[in-house]
Amino acid sequence: MTRDIAVVAFAQTDHRRTSDELSEVEMLMPVLHEVLDRTGLKTADIGFTCSGSSDYLAGRAFSFTLALDGVGAWPPISESHVEMDGAWALYEAWTKLLTGEADTALVYAYGKSSPGSVRDVLTRQLDPYYVAPLWPDSVALAALQAQALIDAGETDEPALAAVAARSRAAAEDNPHAQLRGPVPHGEYVVRPLRTGDCPPIGDGAAAVILAAGERARELCARPAWIRGIDHRIEAHGLGVRDLTDSPSTRLAAERAGAFERPVDTAELHAPFTAQEVVLRKALRFDDTVSVNPSGGALAAHPIMAAGLIRIGEAAARIHRGESDRALAHATSGPCLQQNLVAVLEGDPR
Amino acid sequence: MPEVLKAPLVVEFPFTRSLGPVQSAFLTGLRERVVLGVHTGDGRTLVPPVEYDPVTAEEIRDLVEIAPTGTVTTWAWNHAPRRGQPLDTPFAWALVRLDGADTALLHALDAPGPEAVHTGMRVRVRWAEQRTGAITDIACFEPYDGEDAQPTGHTGEFEDPVTGIVAHARLDYSYSPGRAQSAYIRALSDRRTVGERCPSCRKVYVPPRGACPTCGIATGEQVEVGPRGTVTTFCIVNIKAKNLDIEVPYVYAHIALDGAGLALHGRIGGIPYDQVRMGLRVEPVWTEDSRYPDHYRPTGEPDADYDTYKELL
Repeated sequence: MTRDIAVVAFAQTDHRRTSDELSEVEMLMPVLHEVLDRTGLKTADIGFTCSGSSDYLAGRAFSFTLALDGVGAWPPISESHVEMDGAWALYEAWTKLLTGEADTALVYAYGKSSPGSVRDVLTRQLDPYYVAPLWPDSVALAALQAQALIDAGETDEPALAAVAARSRAAAEDNPHAQLRGPVPHGEYVVRPLRTGDCPPIGDGAAAVILAAGERARELCARPAWIRGIDHRIEAHGLGVRDLTDSPSTRLAAERAGAFERPVDTAELHAPFTAQEVVLRKALRFDDTVSVNPSGGALAAHPIMAAGLIRIGEAAARIHRGESDRALAHATSGPCLQQNLVAVLEGDPR
Repeated sequence: MPEVLKAPLVVEFPFTRSLGPVQSAFLTGLRERVVLGVHTGDGRTLVPPVEYDPVTAEEIRDLVEIAPTGTVTTWAWNHAPRRGQPLDTPFAWALVRLDGADTALLHALDAPGPEAVHTGMRVRVRWAEQRTGAITDIACFEPYDGEDAQPTGHTGEFEDPVTGIVAHARLDYSYSPGRAQSAYIRALSDRRTVGERCPSCRKVYVPPRGACPTCGIATGEQVEVGPRGTVTTFCIVNIKAKNLDIEVPYVYAHIALDGAGLALHGRIGGIPYDQVRMGLRVEPVWTEDSRYPDHYRPTGEPDADYDTYKELL
């Protein structure tokens, strides 16, 4: 790697159950303006723009092209899109900056889950031959993983409730969170998962700006340098995988350099409580790591943005001097099928 | 703020998918009440079978028959079945490792309640009465405490193999167009056309989407435009669209309404198709109870000068 690349700014919406009064671009635009304002950059100054979103949430084809109105795409810009969480858009932007073809990048992601039924919508990402025709919803698949962990003796329902309670207590300090403070653990949705084990359904958006080398130092007092970033995927067949482990997360973390030195903070994209148990094991965390000080995905889960928010939250802590070395994780697909790990560091103080 | 507009939106597709040799054999087997797995290079048997080894990515197609009995490897109790799921009464989702297989198959398990289900329990396939060559040919699994079923020695060769499936998908939404488009649609109900002006470049967008795509900033100032406008460009449509009650040929045009900063689309009527021209002055024609102009017709004014609309092409 010949260039150092950093997250220099982060912004997100207040995440809400519904945002009927706003179109996607109306929801996204204030976040784009905020992240640009933080650096003083204008659209014309940005070398590369990349976004993550899903047409299936909106129920309309090419919905991301409408969101581009909020960027200001005239005169023409260099732009790309991933039909995935914005964390993967950030990976593409990071790669672009590594090539030297751009010095700055704007990465954004958004999702409005409120118009549809997200449990049903997410079935459409499953194997279309053997699995999708059965319509197993996202909570059902996460519940299979939770039961596998319980059977393996790695957690139990009270421990899962404690993960939820800790996350939502941490979210008390997060003005953007959708669920915060004492939240009832609730009834079973799909046993063994209760409402409290599941992420809130909501709408939201996030954006970050990346910059390379000296440009990063000009734009941010304490850039969050990306020391490593990697993403890995596992077999799509759930019955082929060991659901109690996440070898793809471990491998991505290893390739991102996460195990070279301890991290002080981790933002994990674990929409379901049991997934935090899997990730902690895969990442070999001990109690010294502050996990999800933002409240994590259990406090706010705008689909397609929640992973990018993990990177943004980790970076923002470095910007504020609350962390020196942080790990950010994003996931996509059922039961932690795909995992991305980034390691971020601030300059020594 | 006026009440936000909302309307049901249904997205529905019959996805037609072709099958590879392994998927074809597996799904044909289900139609014939035979379960097939596939051997991998490292000696494992995958059920359901795939065409490429998940470890080595090598192509595999060494099929083997598997018993219709197996063991639950994990499960989850679904007390409120959702549309499209295999059973409409409460059931368990289960991963089942069939006897002879090294991997598990996801399906529903019919059981009276969660206390009747545990990891490690024995189950067997309950076949659907109507089978077409699809994963739903397995109606579900059911508890089973009899002897292990034995494979029949099937070769995996079928006379009339299934080569494709049709996977119906339906998603229901409640669509809300947001603030700017809601205002536009509300104005249309009064037969007015309302755009929004960009505070920076002063362009008026019709229909408005709440943002100026040039400047990347919010638009908010509402501006009534039209009703008359100018044809900036057009095409002649010669192919009749399915379910469209318009005789061909007809003219589809870009129309810059007076005061608008860009053109919108509309059909031109009330004039022979081969007499429509750039610069033609038109006005909307509303039909009874319509929610938007049915088409635009000539006003009879002199054509607009090219210089007045050349920026709007």
